[in-house]
Amino acid sequence: MNKPVNPIDLQLEDDGPLYVAQKKVYPQSVSGTFRRIKWGLMAFCLGVYYLLPFVRWNRGLGAPDQAVLVDLPNSRFYFFFIELWPQEVYYFTGLLIVAAITLFLMNSLGGRIWCGYLCPQTVWTDLFYAVERLIEGDRRERMRKNAARGTMKLQRFSELLLKHSIWLMIAWWTGGAWVLYFNDAPTLVKQLVTFQAPMLAYIWIAILTATTYLLAGFMREQVCVYMCPWPRIQAALTDEWALNVTYKYDHGEKRTSLKKANELRALGESVGDCIDCYQCVAVCPTGIDIRDGAQLDCIQCGLCIDACDTVMTKIGRETRLIGYDNDINIHRRQAGKPPIYRIVRPRTVVYFAMIACVGALMLYALLTRTLLDVNVLHDRNPVAVKLSDGSIRNAYTVRLLNKRGFDRVIAIDIDGPVNATVHVVGVDSVTPERPMIILGRDQTTELRVLVTAPAANNPEKSVPVHFRITDIGLGEVASATDNFVTP
Amino acid sequence: MTEHSDFDQVSGKTTTGHEWDGIKELNTPLPRWWVITFYLTIVWAIGYWIVYPAWPLLWSHTTGVLNYSSRADVAVELANLEKIRGDKMVALGAAPLAEIEKDPALLALARARGKTVFGDNCAPCHGSGGAGAKGYPNLNDDEWLWGGSLDQIMQTIQFGVRSGHPKAHENAMLAFGKDGVLKKDQIVTVANYVRSLSGLSTSPGYNKSAGAKIFADNCAACHGDNAKGNQELGAPDLTDKIWLYGSDEATLIETISNGRAGVMPTWVGRLDPPTIKALAVYVHSLGGGK
Ligand code: SF4
Ligand code: SF4
Repeated sequence: MNKPVNPIDLQLEDDGPLYVAQKKVYPQSVSGTFRRIKWGLMAFCLGVYYLLPFVRWNRGLGAPDQAVLVDLPNSRFYFFFIELWPQEVYYFTGLLIVAAITLFLMNSLGGRIWCGYLCPQTVWTDLFYAVERLIEGDRRERMRKNAARGTMKLQRFSELLLKHSIWLMIAWWTGGAWVLYFNDAPTLVKQLVTFQAPMLAYIWIAILTATTYLLAGFMREQVCVYMCPWPRIQAALTDEWALNVTYKYDHGEKRTSLKKANELRALGESVGDCIDCYQCVAVCPTGIDIRDGAQLDCIQCGLCIDACDTVMTKIGRETRLIGYDNDINIHRRQAGKPPIYRIVRPRTVVYFAMIACVGALMLYALLTRTLLDVNVLHDRNPVAVKLSDGSIRNAYTVRLLNKRGFDRVIAIDIDGPVNATVHVVGVDSVTPERPMIILGRDQTTELRVLVTAPAANNPEKSVPVHFRITDIGLGEVASATDNFVTP
Repeated sequence: MTEHSDFDQVSGKTTTGHEWDGIKELNTPLPRWWVITFYLTIVWAIGYWIVYPAWPLLWSHTTGVLNYSSRADVAVELANLEKIRGDKMVALGAAPLAEIEKDPALLALARARGKTVFGDNCAPCHGSGGAGAKGYPNLNDDEWLWGGSLDQIMQTIQFGVRSGHPKAHENAMLAFGKDGVLKKDQIVTVANYVRSLSGLSTSPGYNKSAGAKIFADNCAACHGDNAKGNQELGAPDLTDKIWLYGSDEATLIETISNGRAGVMPTWVGRLDPPTIKALAVYVHSLGGGK
């Protein structure tokens, strides 16, 4: 696709400067299928992001009623009916694995779908462009206004002022929504406006306001091209079957102007569909020419497809001169064979299976998650103690977890050496052989538990001892096993 | 910058002249903002050198205009920690000793604090978990020389044993052999008698009634007529299964001949009162406390 370049031109134009100036991109507005998909996804993503903290969820008295909440001081994470404890962070590991493989799967199906439609950088940049267009006008107008920079009049000044204020408002609201995930949203909003909120909240809002304003307002495609690692990784993950935004040079070339093309056609010469109108370049948010082939700068947003389809419809030719396609099909069409699309192939099947596996595993773990738990740690020094009457005692640190939203009465039983007794330090139970304690709601408690085997039943060697804790009210049981050691 | 006139036909860019396996590195210039950012970080670094301590000199280092010191920061943090801890320790200090184990929060605090202090001060003799060693009592078992109630434990921690403090526990086991009170064969006999008290085997030819007589005449004053010991005097129970120095005949003969007088230091004045309290609760909760 790339024409060999004359070496003489080359050295003149590229003598290796230390840096290049940023090329300002003025994407033109466009309408069509992909633009509509982008609007839809933008509304959805932003809607979820801005509104989710306000969704309520009834968890009973004393528990937060925010549907999605990261409660850092108490180390709990709430997601609708799910409540996760610090020791359950593996759910997040699972979530990250699923997210990564989903990204791989998307990539093997339709290229950088993430980049073009869902990435926050894309979504907010798109939103900022929309604001810019609304205030300053479309591509040509903006280019003209920018060229006349020196002669800035009052109207231009107020335009810019308005644009940056709206940008800052969006950026500020973005940072504001962020902190709402870490605190009760309605309360925090009230605190924020009355300047009662914790300093940390203001700092985070400031950071996110600054980054949003900078990244979506100024850095834009530079983030995708220079800063983001994903395009590089993506290049290594893609394969020949993946569908990417592709200029189908097989029916675009040879390109020439509409007038010329018609003349040439009349003469019976073969010309392509592309009329060199540069619409696809004008709308591209990264300012590239997709007709040069696949390139790192392309975020696969599909806007050039919409632009070209509009042109093709206008001149009455077949649409999708640019479309989601791959080189295999271009070659097949050139050879006169029908194109084939392979969505089901080993790579996608493996990715899908992996997602299903990890997802199923997580779901299983979630459904069988225990709400009462016990961990046991044997004393190491000494491992066993001989008492004056010859009986042997072992001590354990027993940790109880109550993940329910109410206090529970827990009985502790052991099943170990014959006739062994159990005692919990600090607990004088009414039932001495079966200590009971009150375990606070949503809480862990650490107990020192002594197990004593009478002299008559001293075990010869180490025997297993089972700790069984029972919720007296609900009958819920949890157990753990350790050893009873003889000195 | 035209040292490398080499260029790449396809991309239309010059190369850096580097080549690996036939793949050449394109000379792709950085965007201007990137280069500016890079220079800014250099300027930033220089500013940093001026503001903060940075460069090592021969014997010291540049201190920076802010006189910043991470050591001072740590000192502040430690002082803060001490303050937070202080409030809780005050609560601990104010609670009656007997109440602490009944309050889960206070018990947890006392045990946590006690454990650390025990590790720093007591573990060298008593072992990290209070398991003891020959001559150093195991604090997990239920035999106590000077008493195992909370108050008694606290008393012992505060003033120690034979530590020289006026309030310390003082009594010691006499050296019956060295001081010529008992003869060698009498010592062997009474040693066997003492072993028999806790059900241990005796050597052949040992005279039980002679042993009992020697015991009654010399030992019962401290250890009691029934040999159950006396915590007032720090005299151990000789009928149980726990032996501080060992229960074999040779060890007992050594004990009776030369006496025993282990020393425990006094902690009052070295540890503050709430800490001693925490320590007492910790030791008590190890399991042996009465
Ligand atoms: S080339 Fe097309 S798909 Fe790629 S970024 Fe530009 S407009 Fe989007
Ligand atoms: S919009 Fe379509 S016709 Fe116009 S230049 Fe691009 S590919 Fe060619």
